[in-house]
Amino acid sequence: MTAQKLLSTIGFYALVVVIVVFSVFPFYYAIITSFATGTELFKVSYWPATFNLANYESVLGGRNFPRSILNSVFIATLTVTFALFLAVTASYALARVRFRGRGLLLMMILAVSMFPQIAVLAGLFELIRFLGIFNTPWAMILSYTIFTLPFTVWVLTTFMRDLPVEIEEAAIVDGATPWIIITKVFLPLLWPALVTTGLLAFIGAWNEFLFALTFTSSETTRTTPVAIALLSGASQQEIPWGPIMAASVIVTIPLVILVLIFQRKIVAGLTAGGVKG
Amino acid sequence: MATNDGGLSLSQQRQRAAFWFIAPMLAALFCVAAWPLLRTFWFSFTNTTLSDLYGGEFIGFDNYLSVRVLESGRWIWRGTLVDPAWWNAVWNTVRFAFVSVFFETVLGLIVALVLNAEFKGRGLVRAAILIPWAIPTIVSAKMWAWMLNDQFGIINDIMLNLGLISQKIAWTASTDTAMYAVLMVDIWKTTPFMALLILAGLQMVPRDIYEAARIDGVNPVKVFFKITLPLIRPALMVAIIFRMLDALRIFDLVYVLTPNSAATKTMSVISRENMIDFDKFAYGAAQSTLLFAILAVFVSAYIWLGRVDLSGEGQK
Repeated sequence: MTAQKLLSTIGFYALVVVIVVFSVFPFYYAIITSFATGTELFKVSYWPATFNLANYESVLGGRNFPRSILNSVFIATLTVTFALFLAVTASYALARVRFRGRGLLLMMILAVSMFPQIAVLAGLFELIRFLGIFNTPWAMILSYTIFTLPFTVWVLTTFMRDLPVEIEEAAIVDGATPWIIITKVFLPLLWPALVTTGLLAFIGAWNEFLFALTFTSSETTRTTPVAIALLSGASQQEIPWGPIMAASVIVTIPLVILVLIFQRKIVAGLTAGGVKG
Repeated sequence: MATNDGGLSLSQQRQRAAFWFIAPMLAALFCVAAWPLLRTFWFSFTNTTLSDLYGGEFIGFDNYLSVRVLESGRWIWRGTLVDPAWWNAVWNTVRFAFVSVFFETVLGLIVALVLNAEFKGRGLVRAAILIPWAIPTIVSAKMWAWMLNDQFGIINDIMLNLGLISQKIAWTASTDTAMYAVLMVDIWKTTPFMALLILAGLQMVPRDIYEAARIDGVNPVKVFFKITLPLIRPALMVAIIFRMLDALRIFDLVYVLTPNSAATKTMSVISRENMIDFDKFAYGAAQSTLLFAILAVFVSAYIWLGRVDLSGEGQK
């Protein structure tokens, strides 16, 4: 019996090790590659062999990649601010006020968040051309609203639904208007939720590719995913793996750190809504 | 909702405020979602080109299907619905979606069960599995493209050393393996998301149920299939539909990992290619409209058949 128990414990930990190695190895390998240059790049090595910052210098020393990082930061920050601003008031109404058609409205918002983005591409392209914002950051800020806004509304609504009703009742008895209730009563309680949803929306905007690829046409307006995808070497045949891996590590490290710091909150935010059976 | 005093009752006041709170959000969603969607529908019935967005004429269903009878009596069918490239993309997308979601569900379930157990270092494992999720899709595509490189890739190296393959494989370039490469990367990247959703469902199962089953000496496998699985079914159903919708619209991974490969080209990729790269704007719009229609039918059927409660309000 004990032998069997020992065996199952070993089996369990073996499974744990396999899960961890599979999850972490590709990123670890990208980091190793990013420090290798020249012929070292073409020898498969499982351990960090060299520590050469040449790839980072070539990526960050260029003119376009730093610009892409700035573009991405600007676009993601503004997208998130915009989405949170619209979502806080809307989700208060959706979570706390009973009105006819609320369920339908929530379903519609959810439907929008699950839209295939390609289905709006042609129409958005026209709209962006019409507004004269093609190949500017505003094209992305506008189009990212389609996935950040429904998502933030949805998650904030589930968070707000769980706030105790007594707080609100007390405020109403004191004669507070709905606007006062949101700004003075709910907002202070909502900070954790706002941080979580804001972070998730930021990650979404930071990683987006289809719109950023379609709505930009010059190297200086690209966001980081597009810049990495289109990073090319001196010749067509030569793919600059070293710089690509360095650029990948640069845009991923901040996300990984943020995710690890906020992991509990992120898990809560990801699973909010939907999973309540 | 009933009112019986003269002026505005409290609930009426609140409903009026609610309207103004919701209006800006609805206006924004109308601009970026509803209107572009309607315009895409419209474009799909015209012969609009990328260079002249307003010069298109209404041509009915010609982008979808049209027929012309030649003098010789032969019927010539044209349009997306008889385009083999489109049907290839549909088949690729459907195959990708079902295979990837199947493996992500099974593996996600395993990871979730591991994370639901109490053991030392659980926090570390959870942090580790969040990493693939946090990495941008484009970055994962590039990372794996490098690992799957035919000459210098580490995957070929590992498999050669283990004797699994006898010669190096051009994973992303060969038509036989390109789909496996895409599936591999997608499963690696999205299993964590699936695991976290399932884990949230698992954590809602009361612990004393397991306790009772253990005291009664029920086989763990039986406990899983008879107790755990039925109890997490709602969470699982929701997780599967979310993943399925995501998989059916996949674009970025395929576009970057296996560019221009007919073996992996999905509906989103082929629509964009026609719309933007091939200057067949309206034709691409028709294809994206079809993708939208397929997803809409799929979601409705799934929600109806599975009685999935997506609203989270529950009917307790």
